[in-house]
Amino acid sequence: MQDLKAIANRIRRRDLQAVFEAGAGHIGGEMSAIDILTALYFHVLDVDPTAPKKPDRDRFVLSKGHTANALYVTLAEAGFIPKEEVATFLKPYSRLNGHPNCTKVPGVETNTGPLGHGLPVAVGMAKAAQMSGASWRTFVLTGDGEMQEGSNWEAAMAAAHFKLDNLTLIIDHNRLQQGARLADTNNLAPIAPRFAAFGWAVDEIDGNDMDAIVAALAPEARFAGRPKCVVAHTNKGQGISFMRDRVEWHHKVPNREQYEQAMKELEAAAR
Amino acid sequence: MNAQTKLYDCRDAFVGTLEALAEANPEIVAVCNDSVGSSKLGGFRDRWPDRLVNVGIAEQNMVGVGAGLANGGKLPFVCGAACFLTGRALEQIKADIAYSNANVKLCGISSGMAYGELGPTHHSIEDFAWLRALPNLPVIAPCDRAETAAATRFAASYDGPLFLRLSRVGVPDILPDDHEFTLGKANRLREGSDLTIIANGVLTHRALAAADLLAGRGIEARVLNMATVRPIDEEAIGAAASETGAILTCEEHTVFGGLGSAVAEVVVRGRPVPMEILGVPGIFAPTGSANFLLDEFGMSPEGIAESAEALLKRKA
Repeated sequence: MQDLKAIANRIRRRDLQAVFEAGAGHIGGEMSAIDILTALYFHVLDVDPTAPKKPDRDRFVLSKGHTANALYVTLAEAGFIPKEEVATFLKPYSRLNGHPNCTKVPGVETNTGPLGHGLPVAVGMAKAAQMSGASWRTFVLTGDGEMQEGSNWEAAMAAAHFKLDNLTLIIDHNRLQQGARLADTNNLAPIAPRFAAFGWAVDEIDGNDMDAIVAALAPEARFAGRPKCVVAHTNKGQGISFMRDRVEWHHKVPNREQYEQAMKELEAAAR
Repeated sequence: MNAQTKLYDCRDAFVGTLEALAEANPEIVAVCNDSVGSSKLGGFRDRWPDRLVNVGIAEQNMVGVGAGLANGGKLPFVCGAACFLTGRALEQIKADIAYSNANVKLCGISSGMAYGELGPTHHSIEDFAWLRALPNLPVIAPCDRAETAAATRFAASYDGPLFLRLSRVGVPDILPDDHEFTLGKANRLREGSDLTIIANGVLTHRALAAADLLAGRGIEARVLNMATVRPIDEEAIGAAASETGAILTCEEHTVFGGLGSAVAEVVVRGRPVPMEILGVPGIFAPTGSANFLLDEFGMSPEGIAESAEALLKRKA
């Protein structure tokens, strides 16, 4: 577990550096999701960076595609793409554009960017495994504001109806969306009872607590015949004091002074 | 139209072919939106209940599920009313299917004015324009049962996404039973040097009938069946422009952005010649059957022939 925390911290620092150097990114939502991404790629998912398309791999879909940089850094850390390639993020002709591209970047399963796309595609993936009697699992990470998209609820109904107990939806519940707080926009909270009412098994965890994430995503935490929703209570800007829980850090870029302070805080946390 | 001519519902050719393909390939699955009846998937469901994924009335989810099924190793044929499949799930078609290069066959049933009486909400007359604007997504509108069967076989063998535009309005046999579909290639159904009529889908047999009328008036019209709207057959269009000097297009679609537009884009870049584009003239259509509306919009055989004669007067 110490290892996972150390990896997450390393990914946070690399993500911060990439956003600072590129002069763009979605750093707030990246920081909230990095613990989840780390748990997935370094503990949960059965994936192989040397064979990213092996048919029986577990699938992960980053539905909140605007936080692509966190996924790129994680994929680099896991060996899917060269670590030095992260420096090309958002550069001309880089395959690491602002949203993940499955035809270019190994380890990306489907293109995302417009919100509300990941869960339907993940339902199709899980349905394919169910139809084939295959044991691989499908995971999808959405934002909480993203759950305002109606397509998610179409998919939520279908997943329960199809009894997709090989599907896990993780909602990065950081309470903030691009323009305002979730509560001030179209408040979905409390999220858990809504999914329970749709027939899902639901866990609520601290989504920045590595032990809690690992426990919620473990195979034995599944429920027969029901898809699983993990409502992960996180903090936008997690790990960086002046970003934490601040709407403006959805896609603001730190200036040099802010960058240096943020890096110091992350380095201190790593010790 | 000859009242004796037997008319076929091409959905039967589609599902018959799909079932034959599914027999041989266990990865083929059908995906639908409460449209088992209108997509004629009842037989498929009875034979392979576990291979039919009915998501209910939820087109965005249907297209996303199709992409996921393809990622998971299946070969999905996603079937729904063309108007909703394309319009309601357009962004899913763009991001999840075309941009992701998901090996999904999008099958728009009851396309064009097939739901004529149900009103403009149910007319699928923007789908060429919407979908041919997307990279990486062939757009195909077969003209009869042989071409529907051939295009369905092609879809299963083609490694990538595509859109099949399928009607339910009866059409006569035009192409031979053993017709092979070639993506992006028009079929020259009739020779002629005075002008070229280009059509697809339910308009092809009307174009042929118009050419018969024109022949009786001493005008020889070349007729091209152009099932593939994207990629468009630039060679056949170029030959039509240079060899016949005038082009008339007919489509069960708005005149904005469809087959006629696609042909015109090629003509103006190559050899500009007089053109006329027949289709729904940028209005919400009145009530009536598909055949009634096509006649009303100037696409009866006589209407097409009249447009051809008017076009010929503009030839240099």
